[in-house]
Amino acid sequence: MAISGVLRPGFVQIRVLDMAEAIIHYRDRIGLEMVGTEADGRVYLKAYDEFDRHSIILRECEEAGLDMMAFKVSSEACLDEYEEKLRGQGFEVTAIAAGEQPGVGRRISFMAPTGHRFDLYVDMELSDNGPMTNNPDVSQLDPRGMKALRFDHCLLYGGDIDGTKKVFEDILGFSTSEVVVDDDTGMIIALFLTSSNKAHDLALVRHEEDGKLHHVSFLVEDWTSLRDAADIMTRYDISRDIGPTRHGITRGQTIYFFDPSGNRNEVFSGGYAYYPDNPLRVWQASSVGKAIFYYERELNDRFMTVVT
Amino acid sequence: MTKKGFQISIQGSDKIMTCREDESLLSGLARYGQKEVPAGCRQGGCGVCKIRVLKGKFETGKMSIKHVSAMEKDMNFTLACKTFPKSDMVITVNIKGDRKWQ
Ligand code: FES
Ligand SMILES: [Fe+2]
Repeated sequence: MAISGVLRPGFVQIRVLDMAEAIIHYRDRIGLEMVGTEADGRVYLKAYDEFDRHSIILRECEEAGLDMMAFKVSSEACLDEYEEKLRGQGFEVTAIAAGEQPGVGRRISFMAPTGHRFDLYVDMELSDNGPMTNNPDVSQLDPRGMKALRFDHCLLYGGDIDGTKKVFEDILGFSTSEVVVDDDTGMIIALFLTSSNKAHDLALVRHEEDGKLHHVSFLVEDWTSLRDAADIMTRYDISRDIGPTRHGITRGQTIYFFDPSGNRNEVFSGGYAYYPDNPLRVWQASSVGKAIFYYERELNDRFMTVVT
Repeated sequence: MTKKGFQISIQGSDKIMTCREDESLLSGLARYGQKEVPAGCRQGGCGVCKIRVLKGKFETGKMSIKHVSAMEKDMNFTLACKTFPKSDMVITVNIKGDRKWQ
């Protein structure tokens, strides 16, 4: 099945306590390109291997966390279909006019059962600084900092993860690649959703409070890039959570760390290729340590409790 | 040149810990391996290090208002990771509110 419908995570809007510090972190440390600052104060950035205009939006606010995560959709017809199905399931769908973010076409927006806002859109202008397409070199710009290639996925925490799972599977055509279930009851504690060939595009963990952000993840090239990212974290005294290590789930290699507002970031590499005919991979909660941190084989205290 | 250090104690404990004025209370206390004030993001965003200052002067950096409201701030609630001591201090971790750490 070729990829159509929801293509990929397109952008994420993150609330930061101090814009100047946030820019240093996301631009100079993670290595994103500044795209621009708009009159309302929002700052737009992109990773060097992304074709589209922007993927990370920073909004200064007194409370850290996530404003919304948006997915790019392959056609207007799909967008209309999602809108109709969402309304049919009783969701309130808000239309956001083209141009609310520079270079972005019309969006539709809804609140998922876990209290997270998701936007869907078809059009975004291409960046002048995107990957080359004519006899392309590996990069047009010299990668900086942690050399993030792209915005990859988010892990979000909220109550009704079964409800959000249902929306993403039944309406938006995602598949679940892996779950963590309670050993006794089979209740899903964590789930990993993909709209593509990636092991996950969105992950959810059951949590007492809705609308929380666990992390925003950036793809880097390989395990060596994680070492280099870790060097940068120590050199610039960035608050590191855990890693370099590996996830059992997705098999991705990872470091978790925090931005200057306490939002968790991840640099991530690897992970298997997913196909929609793959059987569901299931982890029992009693093995959750290995599922999340494959080498440590146990969660750190922060994994379940520290969110923004 | 060594920076000035202040003596910090947690109410109900005899242990005196030293924290420099150029470091956060959380990093100062971390040197003693204490577990009473948990370390989360260390950046004022997640709220797990919330404490209340009972005695002493301090300055704060930017903190998420979700975890320390303006009113709480007036009542000396603060986040240890964004609190910089300006005198000896007595703090308490037994606070009501949104500490979710367990
Ligand atoms: S450790 Fe997160 S607010 Fe202090
Ligand atoms: Fe991740």
